[in-house]
Amino acid sequence: MADNYDVIVIGAGHNGLVCASLLAKAGKKTLVLEANEQVGGAAVTRSFAEGYSVSAAAHLLYQLQPQVEKDLGLKVSLAAERLGTIALSGDGNHVRINGDDVSGVSNEDRAGYRHFRKRMTRFADLLSTYLNKSAPRLGRDASRPDMMTLAQLGFGLRRLGRKEMQEFLRLIGMNIRDEVHERFESALLRGAISLDATLGTHLGPRSPNTILTYLYRLAGTHATLSLPAGGMGAVSEALAQSARDNGAVIHTGMKVSQVIVENGHVAGVETESGESFASRRVVSNADPKSTMMKLVGVRHLETGFTQRIRHIRMRGNAAKLHLALDSLPVIEGINKREFGDRFLIAPDDVYVERAFNHAKYRETSAKPVFEITFPSFRDSSLAPTGKHVLSAIIQYVPYELGAGWSRDTHDAFLKLAVETLSVYMPDLEQRITASELLTPADIEEQFHITGGHWHHGELTLDQFLFTRPVGGAHQYAMPVDGLYLCGAGTHPGGGVSGAAGRNAARAILRSEKTV
Amino acid sequence: MKNYDAIVVGAGHNGLTNAAYLAKSGLNVLCVEKNDYIGGATVSRNLYKDWIYSNCSYVCSLLRPEIYRDLDLGRHGLQVTPSGGGANFMENGDYLGSYTDHEVQHREFARFSQADADAYERYAADVMRQCRFIRDFLLRTPPDPTSFKLRDLKELAYLGSKFFAMGEKRMYETIRFWTMSVADYLNEYFESPVIKAKLSGSGIIGTALGIHSPGTSYVLLHHYMGDVDGNIGAWGFARGGTGAVASAISKAFQSYGGELRTEAGVERITVKNGKVTGVVLPNGEEIKAKIVVSALDVKNTFLRCMDKSDLDEEFYHRVKNFKIRGSSGKLNIALGGLPTFPALPQGSRLINGFMHFTDSMERMERAYDDWKEGTWSKDPYVDMMIPTLTDPTMAPPGKHFMSCFVQYCPAQIEGRDWTDEERKQFGQTVIDQIASYSPDFKSLIEHVEIRTPAVIEDEIGITEGNIFHGELTMDQLMFNRPIPGYAQYRGPVGGLYMCGSSTHPGGGIMAAPGCNAAREILLDLKRPNVTPISFGDD
Repeated sequence: MADNYDVIVIGAGHNGLVCASLLAKAGKKTLVLEANEQVGGAAVTRSFAEGYSVSAAAHLLYQLQPQVEKDLGLKVSLAAERLGTIALSGDGNHVRINGDDVSGVSNEDRAGYRHFRKRMTRFADLLSTYLNKSAPRLGRDASRPDMMTLAQLGFGLRRLGRKEMQEFLRLIGMNIRDEVHERFESALLRGAISLDATLGTHLGPRSPNTILTYLYRLAGTHATLSLPAGGMGAVSEALAQSARDNGAVIHTGMKVSQVIVENGHVAGVETESGESFASRRVVSNADPKSTMMKLVGVRHLETGFTQRIRHIRMRGNAAKLHLALDSLPVIEGINKREFGDRFLIAPDDVYVERAFNHAKYRETSAKPVFEITFPSFRDSSLAPTGKHVLSAIIQYVPYELGAGWSRDTHDAFLKLAVETLSVYMPDLEQRITASELLTPADIEEQFHITGGHWHHGELTLDQFLFTRPVGGAHQYAMPVDGLYLCGAGTHPGGGVSGAAGRNAARAILRSEKTV
Repeated sequence: MKNYDAIVVGAGHNGLTNAAYLAKSGLNVLCVEKNDYIGGATVSRNLYKDWIYSNCSYVCSLLRPEIYRDLDLGRHGLQVTPSGGGANFMENGDYLGSYTDHEVQHREFARFSQADADAYERYAADVMRQCRFIRDFLLRTPPDPTSFKLRDLKELAYLGSKFFAMGEKRMYETIRFWTMSVADYLNEYFESPVIKAKLSGSGIIGTALGIHSPGTSYVLLHHYMGDVDGNIGAWGFARGGTGAVASAISKAFQSYGGELRTEAGVERITVKNGKVTGVVLPNGEEIKAKIVVSALDVKNTFLRCMDKSDLDEEFYHRVKNFKIRGSSGKLNIALGGLPTFPALPQGSRLINGFMHFTDSMERMERAYDDWKEGTWSKDPYVDMMIPTLTDPTMAPPGKHFMSCFVQYCPAQIEGRDWTDEERKQFGQTVIDQIASYSPDFKSLIEHVEIRTPAVIEDEIGITEGNIFHGELTMDQLMFNRPIPGYAQYRGPVGGLYMCGSSTHPGGGIMAAPGCNAAREILLDLKRPNVTPISFGDD
């Protein structure tokens, strides 16, 4: 075997890089192996047409945890920050949301939204404390820090005050649809909030649990939207640089095919090209299913554990659309300055619910919902002068399509997506010079995420905190000695937040101390 | 004018149970009921010739055995006969039978999938564990997690200790179970569509959720946690229809000296200086009492019977947004003879049980999609049975009564009231579905009563005809039920209590809310507790 490392990190996704950088910073001899040629995993900037680049999967930065930036001394350079949101209306009477202010709605809704945001950010702040530390273990084997975390959680709830605590306990299991109906009369506002609560999940606005996903989105930075200069890849590059500065070695283009296990303890990894690297610690940034079922293999695992891993729900529903445009399209009621904002197509919550209906039956939405940005508008490095990129997340596009994903079904959906956009951007089709559609199946193939799922596993209460990725193995250490997970499939979940990677690094360093 | 210690509004099974316990403790209790019959939705009606319809609720299982025994309901005439059999009919002409004999059920499942038959063992054990966990909390008052009172802290600690006693692995399993959708839960055990369809039904009955909605595993539990003669999960029929339950409880109530008045709906609950003073009937008659207990659902209680000015604004707002959604309808059918189901073997006893005509979870979920669009399911989930096979007293000899519970059926059609024509079409949808598995069914029909949520609301009074008096979602369970901060049966006004299914632990003929509320009232009055103590987890 080649060099001996203290730690090998499989996958240079943003969480893997955060984890590697923190471990290297603590003095560990760290090696990162990335299958793709670029670092970043699903946080990359890629060229999709001659002269046009785009953040290939995640396209907006809003969850990067301040703790991660602080620990790594990270400075992300932004092309734009505090993006506004425009909920598009067919008639040009759009609703604009900026922070806790909303315009284009009644005065009641405006005041209501401010109140809603205030409460939600307060709850999200409470949540975010627990997202940035290991979820405690329950039961007899709970450690002192576990008990402390639980006690803090109880105390944190109490500190909200009686009324707010009651509201928190009521809302946490609830659906977003009932909440927006209780509070707002504007259909566009209801739609916009419903979309934010369901983006990246297999849930509709009526599904209980969508308040939780909404809070998750706000945790950390209150969903303050930014565009990193140079696309999302620049965040990953900065993280990789931080890791290298701390002494980590990063190899790209090296796909790990196996985690070597000897006598119940990891001994290193083997790559597809046949190289092996020795280490007594392996941290996988890959999703829990690929890591345990493919890289480790069931023969090293207890059957009950394998079964729980197999039951993790992680079938993606979000597709990504990239369009190269020879100029900005026309959108009624939108002036040119506003193209730097985020646009939503989710005219009301019923529209979002109907779009979701199809996903239950393994069909693509007949009328999908969109989150759209024109990143080139604020970042000229992404497109030739005067030309533009449209980057959109589209739901619902199921990973498992009843008809199966083929060239035909892929192209048919691309056509539908462009048609739907054209309702709001009538000249869009004439503007398009190149296009790329990444379905969850494509995302699985290109980014090696099982099911192409944004969060590496559905973000629902039954796969959250104590039970993420599975109960009993939710503190990053897996039931193979020396093996850890650090990706979005672990607590707290996905999004370019770095929380999972940071929590994992801290858990690993803590375990060394106790040994 | 006579003075009462307490007035109970509504003679449904919870109102009567509450009244019975208050009377048992020696209070002078009046129970008032707006209809000329008692029972609310726990009722047997003679609406056609010599037929008796259980025209709302139709089975009995959840009734707490502690209450059955304590109120001596057997002596007061209640007889519950266990039900057996049942089938899920399939589009391909086959069927999946339900058997009470575990071994036979195993072999029946194996006809579709050996793996599923084996998984069923695990499934049954896992669900039973959850049942045992929750059963202990049915006759306990939910603790207020925001309170620092000793009683609440003790109860929270009790809940916590019960939870911790499960052991680490099962604690995680429990968290998952309580938050998952029934479809996801079943997918972890089973592969056969018809087996999943059969088992998922209990996850949605009475709720405005689909099988894919998170939280429906709990609803499944709500239907499993009952028992008949100690057989947890078994269902039974009350002899003489479900009205027999209300009648037995009312006899117990009257045996304790309680007074019952029918055709006495409550127009208003009166309040003076932040305390209730009594009730006013529609004819202007005023009845005084320092304690008023409402068995009506919370919307009815606070929005209809009380003056807005007597309520705290935030409380009023929460009640207004309490979720109580019409999602199910009912067909009661008088049959001239026993219909045949050619899919079943001749002479099969499966016909005695619940029959369903849905053979995949996709069909179950699509039925929900129709409801979301504001119309009745065009391919509904029907929970059909013929009680007269078990209890022949409900129809003339050789003739039968058929009860069809239908999911989903909205309170309104696309936001406006039902027309009579639509109500008939809804009935026809159900009849056609059954007829496609029973060729002689239509020719045997003598009379049909078609009940939409609106009809049930008009008659019984329950808002949107919701069988649970409020959705069983996490935001409306335990200490959140009905309203956070008001889960301990006390209303926002002194002397006012709630004892209906809107309160913990919710609906079904359980009688637990009525009993729990009585315990709290007696506690406030500093009288000895005469309500039974929970049997625990058996």
